Amino acid sequence: MASEVEETLKRIEGQRGVVGTVVCNADGIPIRSSLDGVATAQYARLLRKLTVMAKSAVRDIDPQNDLTFLRLRSQKCEIMVGLENEFLVIVIQNLHQ
Amino acid sequence: MQDAFFCRGSNETVLFVQDKEDGMEHGDEWDEWSHGKTLTKPPDQLELTEAELNETFTRILTATNPHAPQNIVRYSFKKRSYKPISAVDQMAVHFVLEGNLLYKDSDEARRQMAKQGLPAGMYHIMLSTFPEKDAAEMEEVEEEDRPDSAASKTGKKEQKLTNQINFCERASQTLNNPPRERNCQTEPPPRCNFSAIANQWEIYDAYVEELQKQEKNKEKQKAIPSKKDDEDDDRGKKKMILMETQTQSDDLCKMAKATKILERMVNQNIYGDLAIDFKYYEDCSDEFREQEGTLLPLWKFQCDKAKKLTVTALCWNKKYQDLFAAGMGSYDFSKQGRGVLVFYTLKNSSFPEYIYPTNCGIMCLDIHEQVSYLVAVGFYDGCVAVYNLKEDGQQPVYQSTAKTGKHTDPVWQVRWQNDDMDGNHNFYSVSSDGRVVSWTLVKNELVSTDIIKLTMEGVPHLSTASFDFHKQINHLFLVGTQEGKIHKCFKTYSSQYLETYDAHTLAVDAVKWNHFHPKVFISCSSDWTVKIWDHTINTPMFTFELYAAVGDVAWAPYSSTVFAAVTVNGKVHIFDLNVNKYEAICQQQVVAKKTKLTHIEFNLVHPLIIVGDDQGYITSFKLSPNLRKQPKVRQSSLSRLTDVMPMQI
Repeated sequence: MASEVEETLKRIEGQRGVVGTVVCNADGIPIRSSLDGVATAQYARLLRKLTVMAKSAVRDIDPQNDLTFLRLRSQKCEIMVGLENEFLVIVIQNLHQ
Repeated sequence: MQDAFFCRGSNETVLFVQDKEDGMEHGDEWDEWSHGKTLTKPPDQLELTEAELNETFTRILTATNPHAPQNIVRYSFKKRSYKPISAVDQMAVHFVLEGNLLYKDSDEARRQMAKQGLPAGMYHIMLSTFPEKDAAEMEEVEEEDRPDSAASKTGKKEQKLTNQINFCERASQTLNNPPRERNCQTEPPPRCNFSAIANQWEIYDAYVEELQKQEKNKEKQKAIPSKKDDEDDDRGKKKMILMETQTQSDDLCKMAKATKILERMVNQNIYGDLAIDFKYYEDCSDEFREQEGTLLPLWKFQCDKAKKLTVTALCWNKKYQDLFAAGMGSYDFSKQGRGVLVFYTLKNSSFPEYIYPTNCGIMCLDIHEQVSYLVAVGFYDGCVAVYNLKEDGQQPVYQSTAKTGKHTDPVWQVRWQNDDMDGNHNFYSVSSDGRVVSWTLVKNELVSTDIIKLTMEGVPHLSTASFDFHKQINHLFLVGTQEGKIHKCFKTYSSQYLETYDAHTLAVDAVKWNHFHPKVFISCSSDWTVKIWDHTINTPMFTFELYAAVGDVAWAPYSSTVFAAVTVNGKVHIFDLNVNKYEAICQQQVVAKKTKLTHIEFNLVHPLIIVGDDQGYITSFKLSPNLRKQPKVRQSSLSRLTDVMPMQI
């Protein structure tokens, strides 16, 4: 199972426009990343805060609901965050080839 | 006896000398004295004669003070001279003691008693040593005076009596000890800041936790009476520990779902245009073209493992309309090698959802209509297999072997049937060895039953290339052969064909019943033709010449008059009999001329077709509006086709 996920992540990283992926555990510590250390730490820290807030917002409206994905589209790139089992999977992709 | 106080001059020492006579008269008292007494004379005693001794002298006692002066003189201003005072004060004060007793009736005493608030008579009580007589008087006095005393007490304020002469206030200060500050400081307890926000969900979570605790307690209480408590607990603990270690180690597994969807998101971004086109693009030029339509190329699916393999089978999944299966193998007799079964979804065109590599080339496949995770596959070596998509692992769950009656020639078609009376799934397979075999999934085995052995005029083996079951009439099916004949058969009649059509001159590549019209079917062949038949009539209703070997043909699921055909020169032909009975309304070159198109399938809900070629690519196209003209509500598809069909002679 773990190898399948690993393969999937490798494929994602190989896709056109993808800058990198970061996987964080429940404490917000990156456990796997294809970016350098500084960028990894930055993305992990900032997106963790954002997802916590987003999750709080979703659950505040309906406590039985929960946040699953977060897509942040900016001018230059798109940051996609998947939440599962308290883990964060972050993918950064550039737009406009 | 006279007690005379004899005194003889001040210079002389006086001795108390007792005569002997005196001594004897006094009695016992004096005896002691006389014993001890001897006449002692001091050394400087005056020697006197007896006569002188017996001389009596007279002394007179007066009350005058010997120390008082006898001649005090005072100055008299009247006479301007000193005058002696006649009377001299003779009082000699021997002892003075100033006391603090006052006479009770004196002014001072009265004043003091008034100050103390007591009437004149009350002072009796103050004295403690009184005879009883007076005590009785005292009591009477007390009773009388008590009310008075109380009144007097409350009435007057006492003024502190001070001696006006000698009184002085004197205060004294004791030594104040110097104060000292003494403190001790403990280590401050560790502090941390705590802040929290009570959101709706925090409260909800707290309640849920509480509920779970309560439920656990209830379960524990239920479990307590059971005897095997300890064992269960140990096992439970072991399980818990195992679970924990597992969860700790399989970090990445938890994110399988999320990563999958993220991959799709990434693909969506890359092929975003295609997704939007798929959904929204309608070819506007169709308004100007009367009948013709176009195919818009969308996603192209390819897989590394499928490179250089031919797409030999395509099938859409009924339940998940974006999922389709492609079987890869080879039609070339000499180039037989491996094969692969891949499943793609439109949401992810870069990588298949499922890949099953196989040893032998796949020739055909079919996905079960209801149980959409069961896939039946037929191989070039004559085997059939069933894959279960829900299971992990790359092996099929069922596979036929020589023992279980596999075909001796490549399997050209497989089709799922309805579950049999026992509820087991079953499917049919057709092979060039002439056998139509029914396979039933019984528990863990694949049980084969020969349905029909196709023969022609005594020749036992007839190579069959395709077959199709009737949509409504379950037991009716068509079989197309390599010789170009099509046979209509019943499942139940195993030895006889119902009818035979001389359809084509070369091998029949595909035979398909119409989805709507129960009598119509279509066939295509390598003899460059596509023919439409009414199964009650021996001759085709329509014949279309496509100028190239036709690989596959398919009816559209949304209209009874639309069908598509693919040819080996890389073209897709789409016909709508309602619009044009003689020509295709769309003929489009979709791949390079050298690439042969092998299969085509319409999507069941979307206006999409997928086309497989011999390079291992599967390309998807969107049908332009002209190609998907559907019957209006009043007109059913069936009647459309009937209208179109030529009149029978």
